[in-house]
Amino acid sequence: MRLELVKRPQQSALFSALSPFIAFGLMVVAGGVIFLILGKDPVNGLYAYFIEPLTEVWSLHELAIKAAPLILIAVGLSVCFLSSNWNIGAEGQFTIGAIAGSAIPLYFPQFQNGAVLPMMLICGAIGGAAWAAIPAILKARFNTNEILTSLMLVYVAQLILDWLVRGPWRDPAAMSFPQAPAFHSWAIVPELMPMSGRANWGIVLAIVAAVAVWFMLSRTLKGFEVKVIGQSPRAGRFGGFSTARTIVFAFLVSGALAGLAGIVEVSGAIGRLQPQISPGYGFAAIIVAFLGRLNPLGIVAAGFVLALSYLGGEAAQIGIGVTDKTVRAFQGMLLFFVLACDTLIHYRVRLVRPAPAAPPAAAPVTETAHGHG
Amino acid sequence: MAGGETLLDVRGLTKVFGTLKACDGVDLDIARGEIHALLGENGAGKSTLVKMLFGSLEPNAGEIRWNGEPVRITSPSEARRLGIGMVFQHFSLFEALTAAENIALSLDAKTPISTIAAKAQALSYSYGLPLDPYALVGDLSVGERQRIEIIRCLLQTPQLVILDEPTSVLTPQEADKLFETLERLRGEGKSILYISHRLEEVKRMCDRATVLRHGKVVGHCDPRQETAASLARMMVGTEVHAVVRSVDEGAGTADVLLRVDHLNRAPATPFSIPLRDISLDVRAGEVIGIAGVAGNGQGEFFEAVSGEVLQDRAEAVSIRGKPAGRDGISGRRRMGAAFVPEERLGHGAAPAMKLSENLLLSRHATDPGVYVGAFGIVRGAAISAAAKRINQMMDVRKSAEDPPANALSGGNLQKFIIGRELDRQPSVMVVNQPTWGVDAGAAARIRQSLIELARSGSAVLVISQDLDELFEISDKIAVMHNGELSKPMPRAEATYEKVGLLMGGAEPGHVHHHDPAEMA
Repeated sequence: MRLELVKRPQQSALFSALSPFIAFGLMVVAGGVIFLILGKDPVNGLYAYFIEPLTEVWSLHELAIKAAPLILIAVGLSVCFLSSNWNIGAEGQFTIGAIAGSAIPLYFPQFQNGAVLPMMLICGAIGGAAWAAIPAILKARFNTNEILTSLMLVYVAQLILDWLVRGPWRDPAAMSFPQAPAFHSWAIVPELMPMSGRANWGIVLAIVAAVAVWFMLSRTLKGFEVKVIGQSPRAGRFGGFSTARTIVFAFLVSGALAGLAGIVEVSGAIGRLQPQISPGYGFAAIIVAFLGRLNPLGIVAAGFVLALSYLGGEAAQIGIGVTDKTVRAFQGMLLFFVLACDTLIHYRVRLVRPAPAAPPAAAPVTETAHGHG
Repeated sequence: MAGGETLLDVRGLTKVFGTLKACDGVDLDIARGEIHALLGENGAGKSTLVKMLFGSLEPNAGEIRWNGEPVRITSPSEARRLGIGMVFQHFSLFEALTAAENIALSLDAKTPISTIAAKAQALSYSYGLPLDPYALVGDLSVGERQRIEIIRCLLQTPQLVILDEPTSVLTPQEADKLFETLERLRGEGKSILYISHRLEEVKRMCDRATVLRHGKVVGHCDPRQETAASLARMMVGTEVHAVVRSVDEGAGTADVLLRVDHLNRAPATPFSIPLRDISLDVRAGEVIGIAGVAGNGQGEFFEAVSGEVLQDRAEAVSIRGKPAGRDGISGRRRMGAAFVPEERLGHGAAPAMKLSENLLLSRHATDPGVYVGAFGIVRGAAISAAAKRINQMMDVRKSAEDPPANALSGGNLQKFIIGRELDRQPSVMVVNQPTWGVDAGAAARIRQSLIELARSGSAVLVISQDLDELFEISDKIAVMHNGELSKPMPRAEATYEKVGLLMGGAEPGHVHHHDPAEMA
């Protein structure tokens, strides 16, 4: 007896849309089992994890604050991943974006009016894009592996930030604390509803970016170019599209959005530059991008789900006394179930009775349907 | 011979994909020592049937008897164990390995390479297919590569050999050698299931034929008693119209629409062929055919002419009198040229994308404002309408309204890809292997449409390994060998022998030339 995956001739559109929800449901069930094994009441545990954070207004604000950078970065990553450019360095682009945007209030503290914040956002986006341009150009020109170069540049960016806040940009008034001076009020991203909580316009920016990128990918020639180069580069070249141009485009979009997320985080949620500005948003956004199945609208939902798993993890740690490692466990299960659902949408499982002979030699006997592309 | 002891007996074999019955109650029996032809249009169910016999697909219903015993063939290795061997149409060899290493990869047992090499060499000489087991596959011609596949199959001492379109890659001389080998195998009592669309071959070699249409057996016959036309009629179900080629009246005087002028190209990879000083004029109203054994620079030439690879000099390629060598493929399309590459999936079309998206692939640049509006917004309705028009014009058969390219059979996808270009009435059409692996009905339609395009005033350049095809549609034939192109000969002067010699690398000087301008 063995299991075999057989490609379905037609994929169900309904189940494609439902897949993340089914995955979430399965994760809740599996999470309940884990709580049970830990000796906790699963109903209480799940309530503390997934419901309680949603019952209080202030924690909904926190949810929006955490979701905003995750969505912004993941939307950009979807462009990269769809074009088969594996940008793993969003964390670094986020950091450089935060630095570049912060330079304006730090170098021109007297310059205080309504133009400051837009300029900071633009500088943040340019900074992130410039950082992403390095692995892009290296790949387009020398065919280097972008996974390695983009990842290594994360550590360079973090060290630059560390040096700045301990050195030239350190706040003289902060005793010897390694942090830059707090931003003046024109340099702060305004809060959405200051009466009820901290959430700022970052989440609005994230949703606007998601809709814009969704439109670009699904309705324009540029989006078609990104997808065709990602799936079938030779066919893309036949269509008159340039692989090098697409590499640079995808990295610039992705870097700009990560940089934007960086400056929004620093000038919104934190209010100043400091050595630690991200709990790993740039890496978590990779999970968000795949949970959202590389569709920017799906990514909005996925961003909130991942933000909830951070919040719920904190709440469950305090409320029912489970370790903060459960956050990772839940995030891992979610990813697992989404990938499993997607696989079952494309394939069905078939039980095969034992064959007497050994499995066939792969290369010579299978006629692949995909040519050599 | 036919009428002998039955080796393979298939009854009511059925395979269903979704709602499509790819094979519907197929009956087939093959006797020992028989060459049995399997004929049918693309999508008729030939590949599905063969895959079930070779264990790559599991039938939904029906029975396979081998030597009178009912068997279940669950995998290719099971098929080989029974004594069924297969030579695929598309080779599956690693270019960087030697012939013997490639053979070793498919053998289950861990036999040392030297033993395999010795056996392969002995076997290859005994069948008149000499093979150097230590040669790198990358250095071998297509015909030699096919020998490796055949030897690899014969080493497993099969009783039944399945050959899928074996001669589509061979020169006439190489094909003759293959036929001798097949005759020998028949003489040894082995059976052969021979899939081909070349009806003349089938008439010449095969003892019996089984004809499939829409998944059903429509007849068994003795091909020697039939004519090529009657065989084609059985396959297609209606009369196949012979391609009609009127004489090109403006030959030699009309405007040159495509000019290639002293085109050179260095090899891009260790396995690619350099192009050496190629010059060629294609005039309005004419079809020029380029013959040649695969791998003699045709792919490199196509990439250079299409603009996928740019030239150093703009004058190296001119389209409608304008230098185009520095323009990319979109620029050349805008000048009025259209291109159809050899590889359908992954080059001419993105496999997982829908037909409508694949329409956009080559047409987004050529029809400004039609398929792409302001701000680069794609116009879905216009594209769907055009895709529908093309599918109707070329009779593309598909299982859904707008299926992904890889859901179509090869012939139907080719009809779509050719139709996609014909739909815009290009002034210059460059096609590489227009009917590779395409059935008689679809091939006739494609050839006729290329001739009609030329007669309506366009210049058509066809690169093909299929000599019958080139003789059928070309006004002039040139031969590509090792990156060089011979001077085009007028159709009236060209013979199979002359072209075959040039394909094999004989000096161009051995063939008598006339200036094409004098032939008007």
